[in-house]
Amino acid sequence: MGKHVLGPIGLIVALAPWLSGCVRDTPPAAVGLVASAPAPAVRPEAPLRVEAPPPPFSDGVFPCTECHVEKDLPTNKTRRQLVDAHDDIVLKHDEEHRWCLDCHDAGNRDRLHLASGEPVAFEESYRVCGQCHGEKYRDWRVGVHGRRIGQWNGAKEYLLCVHCHSPHQPRFKSLAPEPAPLPPRMRAAHE
Amino acid sequence: MDDKPASVTRRKFATCAAAAAAGWVLTACGPRRLHDVSTDRLRQLIGEMEREYTAKYGTQVTVSDAGPMPGVVFGYALDISRCIGCRRCVYACTEENNQSRDPQVHWIRVLQMDKEHGVDFSHADAYYDSDQVPQENHFYVPVQCQQCQNAPCTKVCPTGATWTEKDGIVVIDYDWCIGCRCCMAACPYGARHFNWTTPGLPKAELNPSMHYLGNRPRPRGVVEKCTFCIQRVRAGRYPACVEVCPVGARKFGNLLDPDSEIRYIIEHKRVMVLKEELNTMPKFFYFYGT
Repeated sequence: MGKHVLGPIGLIVALAPWLSGCVRDTPPAAVGLVASAPAPAVRPEAPLRVEAPPPPFSDGVFPCTECHVEKDLPTNKTRRQLVDAHDDIVLKHDEEHRWCLDCHDAGNRDRLHLASGEPVAFEESYRVCGQCHGEKYRDWRVGVHGRRIGQWNGAKEYLLCVHCHSPHQPRFKSLAPEPAPLPPRMRAAHE
Repeated sequence: MDDKPASVTRRKFATCAAAAAAGWVLTACGPRRLHDVSTDRLRQLIGEMEREYTAKYGTQVTVSDAGPMPGVVFGYALDISRCIGCRRCVYACTEENNQSRDPQVHWIRVLQMDKEHGVDFSHADAYYDSDQVPQENHFYVPVQCQQCQNAPCTKVCPTGATWTEKDGIVVIDYDWCIGCRCCMAACPYGARHFNWTTPGLPKAELNPSMHYLGNRPRPRGVVEKCTFCIQRVRAGRYPACVEVCPVGARKFGNLLDPDSEIRYIIEHKRVMVLKEELNTMPKFFYFYGT
C-alpha cells in the first residue's frame, strides 16, 4: 500500500526541478520587464523578402525619368494643381495634407521615399504605406491582410498594397457580384 | 413430453457452421468502404476510377489518393470585416470541385446580413441580387462546411460513409453513401448537398485533377460537401476559394503550426465560430481583421 502512494510522490519530487523550470520559462513578458536594457527607439526593420508581381504601372509612365530629366523639366517643389501632365490623377488619400512629393522622390523620380528621406523602390512601396498604416502593414507581413496565392506550407505569392488599393484613391472599389444561386424548386413554385 | 432440449445433431451443426463460414467469407470479400480497404486494393480502385472518368469525359483524369500529412490539422478563417459578398468563391469552388451545373449545386452560400442585427440567421438573405456589392448597412457571411471537430453529420450516418480524416477534413465515400440524407438533417450549417438527379457537368468544364475523397464526379443520389479542396490542400496548395477572393478575406493553414497564418489570427484577432452553443467545434473560424 505504502509503495503505491510513494511511487507517484517520488516521481513528482524527481520531476519538480524540471517542472518549475518549465513554469519559469513560460512568461517571456515578465522577463522583458525585469531586463533593464533600454530598447532602441527605432528598431532596424527586418529584411522582408516578398514574392510579388511587379507594381501595376499605367501604360508608359515608368520609368519616370523618361520625361523627368532635370535640364528638360526642372523640379518645381511648390504644391499645386497639376495641369500639363498627370491631370487624370485625382488624389483622394489625405489630400488635405499631402501631395505628390510626399511619397514620390523629387531627387530621383524613379523612386519613392520614406518620411525620413530614405529612397524606396516602387517594388517595395509597402514600406511607404506602412509608415501610416502600421497595423495593416504588420497584418500583411504575417499574411493576415491581403491575398495570397501558392502553398499554405511553402512558397506563396504576395500582392503589393497597390495591386488592390490605388495609391491615389485607396478605397477598395465595389464590384458586381456573381449571379445569385437559383432558388430551390419548391420555393420558386410558391412565389 | 420430452423435457430435455433437443440435442444438436452432427448434421445440424455442420450445416450451421458451413453457413457461418460462407457468410464470413462473403462479407470479407465483398465491397468495403474506401477507408477500410488495403492500400493495394485502394490503388486498384483508383486506377479503375481514372480509366472510367477518362473514358467518360474524354480528358486524361488523375485521381489522387494522398493521405493526411503527419502533424497537420487544417483550419480556415474568414474575415467578415473584409468580405464584400461578390460570390467569386462560390463559382471558383464549383469549377474546382466538379459540382453539378444543372441542377445547380453550390457548396458555399454567401449570406447577406444587416449590420443592425449582427450575425443573425433569421435576418440573412442568400439570394441578394444587387448591382454592386457591398451594399450599405449590410455585411456578408459566406457559409460552407465548418469541418467540425465534433461533427454531428458523421455520427448519424447509418452506413459509416462519412468520417473525419486525421487532418480534420470531413469526407464522404460516394460509393458507400445510400442517400438517406440523415447527415443533411443533422448538419446545423446547411453545408451538405444532395444530388437529386445525375449531376449535369459539361465535359469541357471538368477539372481533371481529382481526389478519391473529394472532387471526383458524383453519381445520382449521394450527398456532397466542401472538403477544403482536399485534392489541393494535401498537395500543399491553398483551397480555390482562398486564392480567388479579391479582398483576401479567406485564410487557411495548419492549426498545429504555431507560425501559420491561421494561428496568428486565432491568437491576435477577434474570432468566433457559428452556432457555438451546439458544441460542434468548427475548424472554420470567422474573424474581424480590422
